[in-house]
Amino acid sequence: MATLARKKNPEVLASHTSRPFTSPIASAIVTVIAVLWTVPTFGLVVTSFRNKEDIQSTGWWTAFSNPAFTLDNYRAVLSSGNAGIGTQGMIPFAINSLAITIPAVVLSVGFGLMAAYALAWIPFRFSDQVFYGLFALQGVPLQLSLLPLLTFFATGVQLFGHQIIPPLHVVGTIAAVWLPHAMFGMPLVIYLLHNFVSALPRELMEAARVDGANHFEVFRRIVLPLSLPAVASIAIFQFLWIWNDLLVALVFAGGTDDVAPLTLHLANLGGNLGSHWENVAPAAMFSIIIPLIVFFSLQRYFVRGLLAGSVKS
Amino acid sequence: MIPWSDIFTTSWPKIAQILAVLAIFFGFYGIAFAAGARIKGKKQNFLALSLFLAPGVILAMTGLGIPAIQTFLESFKNADSSKWVGFANYTRAIQDPDIRAAFYNTTAWVVICPIVVTSLGLTLATMLNKMKREAFAKSLIFMPMAISFVGGSLIWNMMYQYEEPNMPQRGLIGQLMKSVGLPLQHLLLWHPWNNLFLMVVYVWGFTGFAMVILSAAIKGIPADIEEAAQLDGATGIRLFRTITVPMVKTTIIVVLTTAMVGTLKLFDVIHTMTGGNFKTDVLSNRMVDENFVYLNYGRGASLAVLIFLGVLPITYYNIRSLRAERKHH
Repeated sequence: MATLARKKNPEVLASHTSRPFTSPIASAIVTVIAVLWTVPTFGLVVTSFRNKEDIQSTGWWTAFSNPAFTLDNYRAVLSSGNAGIGTQGMIPFAINSLAITIPAVVLSVGFGLMAAYALAWIPFRFSDQVFYGLFALQGVPLQLSLLPLLTFFATGVQLFGHQIIPPLHVVGTIAAVWLPHAMFGMPLVIYLLHNFVSALPRELMEAARVDGANHFEVFRRIVLPLSLPAVASIAIFQFLWIWNDLLVALVFAGGTDDVAPLTLHLANLGGNLGSHWENVAPAAMFSIIIPLIVFFSLQRYFVRGLLAGSVKS
Repeated sequence: MIPWSDIFTTSWPKIAQILAVLAIFFGFYGIAFAAGARIKGKKQNFLALSLFLAPGVILAMTGLGIPAIQTFLESFKNADSSKWVGFANYTRAIQDPDIRAAFYNTTAWVVICPIVVTSLGLTLATMLNKMKREAFAKSLIFMPMAISFVGGSLIWNMMYQYEEPNMPQRGLIGQLMKSVGLPLQHLLLWHPWNNLFLMVVYVWGFTGFAMVILSAAIKGIPADIEEAAQLDGATGIRLFRTITVPMVKTTIIVVLTTAMVGTLKLFDVIHTMTGGNFKTDVLSNRMVDENFVYLNYGRGASLAVLIFLGVLPITYYNIRSLRAERKHH
């Protein structure tokens, strides 16, 4: 993750530059791999629409010689009274996922953009040190911080028997899951946005300063509007990352269904229901449908966010 | 029936919480910006720094910086962190056969997966460049990036599903093995190959990333360089070896190191598919188990530190190239 493609933003999904030649062999190999890559997911889709009896007796590919599809599995996992799924079905877990993802994305990207501006355009003494320090924090695996952070939430900070910081009363609430996500996302978000914000034209900033605008005005009138595309792509990236997380949820949701997001619930279902695919398949489909929609409708921005993190220009 | 009214009863506090967080954040900064716009002179630098930079730095330090130091200290303490034990956790980690197995598995993951993912991604990216109407195929290969590793693990659980040989197969791999006459296996129980079957899930999920990044880099190669090489008679493999690979070397390193860090920290696939059983455990799964199953915080911390030491050379390399980059400007 050394540098950012700030000078040019390759339109990776559209074709450009001259093609030396096209090769049918290349097309064939790519097509075969694309099919191989899609078959597992396709199998899940087909399974989720089959009858329970069919699922338990035959493979999903036999559904095409003898088509019989139903929505019953979806009804079952979304309704109440399905003990294996949860007392109110899957929907409350989707709401938990949203309640975790939205605050975490907004806070990490919001604070991240402001911090990026401060590091790029407000001169102060330890600017470089803070920047490198934050960058180094990217190298800290979040495994390293799980337990101490959990303890901090529960007991606050005590020093020589004095309570310095009181316990944050978040344990067991949804905030105990989104707060760590906002924290863990900070270094990468600041770094990526800093790359973008620091590349804004200096003349633009100086012209505004000459007109008497202070940092607050420069940020609101120039930096914020110009950064929106970068903010969008990093927000989508963060959204998918947090929505799909398991580890943070497992540690901070405290083992209760009350605040468990879809991924955590799904991992538990996989363990408890095993090969009861009539339940697991629609539940899995339900949990991947929102990220898939986000992904397919905003793929361009998502790719741009990825490239921002990893392409040397 | 979907129990909408029950769902609403349990969910409205959470929805209210989302709205409250958004209202507080935007409300506070709305006022701060309105007020801040009037402040002139030296004072505004300090005010802007404390409102812009401090929250991000505080969040990062509370979430990562300080806890990392604490974990480092914990790793030299006993199970309930009441006594200093020196390097005992580390020596026991090396001696414990289960942890050693997890260590070997992690090493295999970190070596095999990044190489497979990067070479597959590079091959695909090169071929996409020689293809018309690439966007659709690209989207399909990239799609698993949007699916959580939990979802991906369940999808592959279904692929690997074992049935008795005389029964109709429900897992696609079992069906394929049966139709070519291979003996059927409990694929996830079949040591040591089960590790490879788990790696397949990661490769499936991550190849799209490598492909997209490398594809962008390959498209960035100036067309005249490629044409000149072709005039010199370089085609196919030779063009790939002499032009493509050297031109995108930096990107290859980025993809390789990203995948290495990813596999070193990988947890979801193991947790969901085998729970670390059948000799498939890895360090980051074992670390969670030490903390939350065996309640041995000291040993869990020592494993976290080992993961950190694995990431450290890559972080060091990144900081060095970042500094070089900054000096360059």
